[in-house]
Amino acid sequence: MSHPRPIDRDAMRAIEEQILASSPQTDWDVQAVRRDFPALHQRVNGAPLAYLDNAATSQKPQVVIDAVSRYYRRDNANVRRGVHVLAERATAAYEGAREKVRHFLNARSVREIVFLRGTTEAINLVANGLGSRWMSGDEIVLTRMEHHANIVPWQLLRERCGVRLRVLPITPAGELEPERIAGLFSERTRLLALTHVSNVLGTVNPVAEMVQVAHRHGIPVLVDGAQAVPHMVVDVQALDCDFYCFSGHKMFAPTGIGVLYGKEALLEALPPYQGGGEMIRRVSFEKTDFADPPYRFEAGTPHIAGAVGLGVAIDYLEGLDRKAAADHERRLLHVATAQLREVPGLRILGEAPNKVGVVSFVMEDVHAHDLGTVLDHKGVAVRTGHHCAMPLMAFYGVPATTRASLAFYNTPQEIDRLVEGLHYAREILT
Amino acid sequence: MSSELTDLYQELLLDHARHPHNFRAMDTASRIVEGYNPLCGDDLKLYLRLEGDRIADISFQGRGCAISTASASMLTDRIKGRTVGEAEQLFESVHDLLTGARPLADPGDLGALEALAGVSKYPMRVKCATLSWHALKSALRPAIVGVNADLELSVRVPASCV
Repeated sequence: MSHPRPIDRDAMRAIEEQILASSPQTDWDVQAVRRDFPALHQRVNGAPLAYLDNAATSQKPQVVIDAVSRYYRRDNANVRRGVHVLAERATAAYEGAREKVRHFLNARSVREIVFLRGTTEAINLVANGLGSRWMSGDEIVLTRMEHHANIVPWQLLRERCGVRLRVLPITPAGELEPERIAGLFSERTRLLALTHVSNVLGTVNPVAEMVQVAHRHGIPVLVDGAQAVPHMVVDVQALDCDFYCFSGHKMFAPTGIGVLYGKEALLEALPPYQGGGEMIRRVSFEKTDFADPPYRFEAGTPHIAGAVGLGVAIDYLEGLDRKAAADHERRLLHVATAQLREVPGLRILGEAPNKVGVVSFVMEDVHAHDLGTVLDHKGVAVRTGHHCAMPLMAFYGVPATTRASLAFYNTPQEIDRLVEGLHYAREILT
Repeated sequence: MSSELTDLYQELLLDHARHPHNFRAMDTASRIVEGYNPLCGDDLKLYLRLEGDRIADISFQGRGCAISTASASMLTDRIKGRTVGEAEQLFESVHDLLTGARPLADPGDLGALEALAGVSKYPMRVKCATLSWHALKSALRPAIVGVNADLELSVRVPASCV
């Protein structure tokens, strides 16, 4: 066993105090917020849980858990069909959630809000719909930092109709260069599809600027917002994007519910995605008239309880001081970045100045999965692996990384435990 | 180190991970298996030289976690010089050890491979340890290869050896 530099806890605290002192004081009462999230209060492998895997999925506040439970205990019925009281309540709750999402994204109309299973299904819907009209040789522009959910649906389309994928590179720091995007556009470009925030690097992309460039070329833009909505206020009108997708479960709502926002005219022009009940006006064996958006895209009984939970998660988020929450996350990110830089042999991937609280790193001579197991023993939950972004892993020349991803309920003490766990892992594994 | 973690990362296992044995390519291989674990991205190339029924030489290359590297390293130590039948029997014993499927008739038979026993308590890590063993099995029975236990395995028989 090697004898690495022992952890200098005093130096760690000094770094932390210096950063906390130099960044703006917030009124954020993290302990009060933590009380809203029951899953945070448990011991894992004998240690208090430090949940730093929020980019995979966030924990849920009690109000969301209660709302789902209350819906099933009291209001459960199918939506937009029955005339009885429970059917009315369920429909009102479901459509009420749609209005909350509209407000949350600042969309113009509820007709622009489609409930789906999540970001992945939303992108597949758009790929199927738009792709049905594309021809062989048409092009889609993606970026190097996309999640597989924003790569594979387009590759399936390539198999089907021969569209070409063009990829915008990134800088070593993990940023896009908006001035390079126009160089990838051609008269055959049909769509720019990019992530708002990288799930691996945490980089916040200059989406509004890139939308402007794309629109100047007459190209619509789809934005994968899965990692953005938990961290920042999103205004689809300000971004002026044509499609925006996100998942509920990464923003404190249940799994299995997500949203596709699409500008009304674009959604109206899209053919149905799946056929079935609830998406039709009139059906005979000769002909079916499809419903207007959003119902055209919601075949079958939807995840009503999930939508209700998402609506309550939005209420919860909007009830917080979101600027204070973002400031708190930024302070944690700065503390984490500074402390991680002090761990011997550790390299952080992605050092864009504009980042959310996501830090990916690799440690010399130690594989991410071994780090993950040792950290888990200390009660620290992180994600290890390729994060469904293998082309990005290839760019950095690593098979896997360890990723710590933060939420507004995390504390500086949890960052300390992550860093101590990494020193410990290094001590026993190298 | 806490006791459970010591069970997993035994000193013997860590030695193999830091300094893997038989970690090299083999020009004279009669079977080459490429194994890949899509769950974690670990990849491994296992080389065997069969002489009749005997595994005359075995080596590996690749990149993976400590458990996957150590397991492959110990595999090569143990398998070199064995017959195909012995290797297949050992596969079954190690598989049972790693998955905790059933108690071993005589765990003492495994010798140094017992250092892998701790893995059975970590369901998320079992595949790290089994990758090289599934690659070995595929090498011995190339006809039945394919996707095995969520691992991708492909066997190549170099033309000169057919």
